[in-house]
Amino acid sequence: MPESIPQYSVEIEQLSFSRGDRPIYTDINMRFPKGKVTAIMGPSGIGKTTLLRLIGGQIKPDSGSIVFRGHNIPTLGRKKLYQVRQDMSMLFQSGALFTDMSVFDNVAFAIREHTKLPEDIIRTMVLLKLEAVGLRGARDLMPHELSGGMARRAALARAIALDPKLIMYDEPFAGQDPISMGVIVRLIKQLNDSLGLTSIVVSHDVPEVMSIADYVYIIADQRVIGKGTPKELLINESPLVQQFMQGLPDGPVPFHYKAEDYHCELLGGIK
Amino acid sequence: MILNMFQSVGEAVFDRFAGVGRASIMLFGALFGIPNFRKGFPLFVKQVYVVGVQSLTIIMVSGLFIGMVLALQGYTVLVDYGAEDSLGPMVGLSLLRELGPVVTGLLFAGRAGSALTAEIGLMKSTEQLSSMEMMAIDPLRRVVAPRFWAGLFCMPLLAIIFSTIGIFGGHLVGVEWLGIDAGNFWSIMQSKVDLVDDVFNGVIKSIVFAIVVTWIALYKGYNAIPTADGISKATTDTVVQASLAVLGLDFVLTVFMFGG
Amino acid sequence: MNTRKIEIMVGFFVTLSIGAMIILAFKVADISATGSGETYELKAKFDNIGGLKIRSAVKVGGVVIGRVSSIILDPEDYLPVVTLTLGLQYSNFSETSTVSILTSGLLGEQYIGFSPGFIDETVDILQAGDYIEDTKSALVLEELIGQFLFSVGND
Repeated sequence: MPESIPQYSVEIEQLSFSRGDRPIYTDINMRFPKGKVTAIMGPSGIGKTTLLRLIGGQIKPDSGSIVFRGHNIPTLGRKKLYQVRQDMSMLFQSGALFTDMSVFDNVAFAIREHTKLPEDIIRTMVLLKLEAVGLRGARDLMPHELSGGMARRAALARAIALDPKLIMYDEPFAGQDPISMGVIVRLIKQLNDSLGLTSIVVSHDVPEVMSIADYVYIIADQRVIGKGTPKELLINESPLVQQFMQGLPDGPVPFHYKAEDYHCELLGGIK
Repeated sequence: MILNMFQSVGEAVFDRFAGVGRASIMLFGALFGIPNFRKGFPLFVKQVYVVGVQSLTIIMVSGLFIGMVLALQGYTVLVDYGAEDSLGPMVGLSLLRELGPVVTGLLFAGRAGSALTAEIGLMKSTEQLSSMEMMAIDPLRRVVAPRFWAGLFCMPLLAIIFSTIGIFGGHLVGVEWLGIDAGNFWSIMQSKVDLVDDVFNGVIKSIVFAIVVTWIALYKGYNAIPTADGISKATTDTVVQASLAVLGLDFVLTVFMFGG
Repeated sequence: MNTRKIEIMVGFFVTLSIGAMIILAFKVADISATGSGETYELKAKFDNIGGLKIRSAVKVGGVVIGRVSSIILDPEDYLPVVTLTLGLQYSNFSETSTVSILTSGLLGEQYIGFSPGFIDETVDILQAGDYIEDTKSALVLEELIGQFLFSVGND
């Protein structure tokens, strides 16, 4: 791949991060091309969400750089970081709608905070975003009145309220019924193409990701174990990648948590 | 063995320091941060409603009853010395100097403090604070600061209302029921109660309690472990620590104000 | 909960507390009598002040005209010096005025009874900071009883 910078929205180089004594990432390198949907997959519990938080600057890595549109996120001061964050957006797993506001106010929240637009323009903007996710009719509902799928779509409308350049999805498909899963898959792809934004999708739902991703990274054991387009990955010969892609219960990622020898333990530890 | 003990004690001490440090940084971030008046003021008003208006009932009812009980108990002691006319100042001074600020502080910790902790803890656990941060909106300024100012604003007002209603409660029992002369009740109280020494010192106390209780409540919520268990523990911590802080500080302040 | 209702309730709350503050100031602490208005000071030296305290009342014929603002011991003759802070509207007292420490009721609070002296051309008016010469100390119950027993014994 050529090294020209503008081609990528986010570039991660030599990134290491550990939580306490436990290393999460060691020296990983990733690139997220502009205007494309890039997926990050991997077994649960390996810190995929952590990676999104690193990109968002909510936590700082031990070493390495994360460059977003020319800014190295970990080195930014507070003020600059907040400025840069206005260009990115994140859809949280739970939706994270503000529980004390209606759907409309949730979507309008960021617009009201960051701009001084008059209320009728805000109204138009919010209705546009809600129309895009199909929830224009639900604008007066409170978050607790929404179903899980609707809450996520409302959160999606909120995430695109200020037309970000980058949008990160944290497990957008988790816990959704097949219909709303299909809706969200379609929305992610649609928004990506129509708004020209860069999408990063963190997920472990293989078929959904395969259907929309332009490029996929698979992470396990603190590093990238496989990358490529969905087609390339399907024919990847690494056993780890294959285990994950096909969902085999046992393989390089063991079924059993690290333990003493089974027979020894059953015999009461007599050696 | 002993070395281990020293080490764990040392670690505990450092943990305390770290906690105080985090809490101070949080307060600092919150205080220097209502970004502009136009956006900040409605948030403040809303929190005054949540923190102040919604605590009003419990404060008024408690004030009334405490004033009445004070009068009843005080009367039975004072009447033995023929000094029941001093019931007015007894009720007034104990409410203004001690019970008003302290009981308001304790009730505030239980009513508003625990609610603040739970609310912010819940916002944290449902990633609302994180998502705010990702929207480039500082949750310290948007969420913590208005609540802190509202707490600071409301508690002295609640304490004043508490004392006033308590004094009327004392009047109700002392004058209407036990038959002390109303003129004596008020005039002796007036001659004993000083606006600066008693009323204002009481208000100063309640301002100090307001800072401490609100601060503890917000810090505990902001720093809660984002699980159901963690939030319930943080809420309990708020009530226990804020109550102890109120009682401890009350002693210190009383020594400074009335001890010398 | 709409914004308007919240505003009304908050307004009610704030008004209520201002009302409470006014009640405390006028009805409970009664600033109108002791006045935060203009004051001046007089001093008086007693042999014994008994249970007099700072903020004890100064009364003329039962009317409060001021308060005790400080009590110190004169370092030379070891007698207590009491400073009285009086309202400026009560400023026309003559040098012949007397002050005595009295007790309200048998076990009540002690206060300073102020008896204004006569006024004619020969006596001056007390100025701020002046000493009132004619003072009568507090009655100490133990001394009274002692005197009584002594006089009974002499009979």
